[in-house]
Amino acid sequence: MVEKQFIVTDEQGIHARPASILVSTATKFKSDINLIYNEKNVNLKSILGVMSLGIGLGGEFKISATGIDEQDALNELEEALKNGGLTN
Amino acid sequence: MSLLHGISASNGIAIAKAYRFVEPDLSFSKKTVEDIPEELARFQSAVSISKSELESIRDTAAKGLGADEAAIFDAHILVLLDPELLTSIEDKIKADHVNAEHALKETSDMFITMFEQMDNEYMRERAADIRDVAKRLLSHLLNVEIVNPSMITEKVIIIAEDLTPSDTAQLNREFVKGFTTNIGGKTSHSAIMARTLEIPAVVGTKEATKLIQDGDIIIVDGFKGEVHINPTPDVIATYENEQLKYEQQKAEWTKLVDEKTTTADGHLVELAANIGTPEDLEGVINNGGEGIGLYRTEFLYMGRNQLPTEEEQFEAYKKVLQGMSGKPVVVRTLDIGGDKELPYLNLPKEMNPFLGLRAIRLCLEEQDIFRTQLRALLRASSYGNLKIMFPMIATLDEFRQAKTILEEEKQELLTKNIDVSTTIEVGIMVEIPSTAILADQFAKEVDFFSIGTNDLIQYTMAADRMNERVAYLYQPYNPAILRLVKMVIDASHKEGKWTGMCGEMAGDEIAIPLLLGLGLDEFSMSATSILKARTQILKLNKSDMVELANEALQMSTAEDVVQAVMTRYNL
Repeated sequence: MVEKQFIVTDEQGIHARPASILVSTATKFKSDINLIYNEKNVNLKSILGVMSLGIGLGGEFKISATGIDEQDALNELEEALKNGGLTN
Repeated sequence: MSLLHGISASNGIAIAKAYRFVEPDLSFSKKTVEDIPEELARFQSAVSISKSELESIRDTAAKGLGADEAAIFDAHILVLLDPELLTSIEDKIKADHVNAEHALKETSDMFITMFEQMDNEYMRERAADIRDVAKRLLSHLLNVEIVNPSMITEKVIIIAEDLTPSDTAQLNREFVKGFTTNIGGKTSHSAIMARTLEIPAVVGTKEATKLIQDGDIIIVDGFKGEVHINPTPDVIATYENEQLKYEQQKAEWTKLVDEKTTTADGHLVELAANIGTPEDLEGVINNGGEGIGLYRTEFLYMGRNQLPTEEEQFEAYKKVLQGMSGKPVVVRTLDIGGDKELPYLNLPKEMNPFLGLRAIRLCLEEQDIFRTQLRALLRASSYGNLKIMFPMIATLDEFRQAKTILEEEKQELLTKNIDVSTTIEVGIMVEIPSTAILADQFAKEVDFFSIGTNDLIQYTMAADRMNERVAYLYQPYNPAILRLVKMVIDASHKEGKWTGMCGEMAGDEIAIPLLLGLGLDEFSMSATSILKARTQILKLNKSDMVELANEALQMSTAEDVVQAVMTRYNL
């Protein structure tokens, strides 16, 4: 398993558009990918799960991936977060 | 044949078959199922049919309506394939031995409730996506057809209870020739959309969906606000003739799109448009608008649960300023109160809302709201030719206060090195008689006036414009009103400033000659009236109009004025 911590820097938090980018990215991989925020753990391949967390500006969250392509998945998600201006 | 009366929402005549855009019957009851694998298979098949349906709707939308509208359906596909949603439903079928319909309803309701309770507007709107997706899935489980207007392939007239933004996003302009709805008014979403798309529409017919069946022949008369159901061949022929005449006239008008608006004797005026949202720009440009004379910003604040952010406002203002490529854009700051309420502000009810805390009065009281809007405007100002206008100014002190706040926000932005245009004109709406009477004093401090006739008439005649029993007092041609208009125009010219008009009156065939004679500089009207007004003005002589206006100012009744104009022009 690989995991990494992030802090949201977008004023609007993780709203629908970036959430759907994260979900589409996660869906490309075979690994189980989760997002952990405020002790809640959701499937990052679920748009409803991700958005239900309502992560706002300054929110600290963790992404964990488990499976054969776990490192690639984490790298690409980190990329997507940065490109979307969600984290630094 | 029968006839329905409603409110004219968009001009023009449409004749086509009815397409009922109504909610299907999706009722079902909870059942216990024995064959779980079969029930799961039934559910999975509904998912895959829904998926391919959404994909084809998305592709059609992308071609016919644009990427933004298509993105709505991409979001739907993500929700449809959401593992949390699908697994929950499947688990419920397995664990509770219930039919897929019931499992779907319980699960989707849970998610909908969860999203509706979030404290973020954006998230709350996602509840609607889940509802849409659940409805589509349910329809396939029940084998009930739901309407997919984006898939229409022949010319139709849409018949609906009401049309929401997501409904209209799916309408294909090529085939939708007109529409009629049971509810709605001149400024409801459906009406604004119809004018933007330039398709004839009649709203508020009350029982269109009750009386009209699929395939009925329908005539939508967007001029009179009438809907004919299965008319006689004679009526159809008459309307086809009128339709043709209107098309020819529009073609004539279209030749004037890029023309300046100059009277026969060489006097130049400006014809601008009133808009409510950036989406209205296309109509302004297609109809030869020389600017925006009134951008009603309240639409940004209405139909939602919280105030728009500075960023949202900035994007909207920037879009309009860029879209007009340097032509003047007069933005009216928030005009709320009176007949326009914002439930989320929780303002106390007033006995006389039209005489109460509205527009600039509210903004000076709730300065946070006002300052946010001004910052968004100032930031957008470097993208075009912005003019800021304060509504409902009654005293010079109100104007000075508003302008001071604007200056404070401007300085604040400049210290942060944010670009702000140095040529923003700051003006006021003249809607209150005190301001019209004291226009000579105002003219020394403001950059321009824009006369809002609807309110100026209501306040001058002391007649509530929402009250039909005193509707006879709504008299734009009353010499009292004309004299006030003259005072304002003269006062502005004396100080080298300009005066516009952004009420209904500015686009009115009878008012135009008078206003021209009184010296009005800018006429702002709905985009679809511009070319007609230009056609009229090109034939008029300013010097004749001055004479006509001077006569009118000396008349004693509105009827006399109307009579004088009509006789002169055989209107």
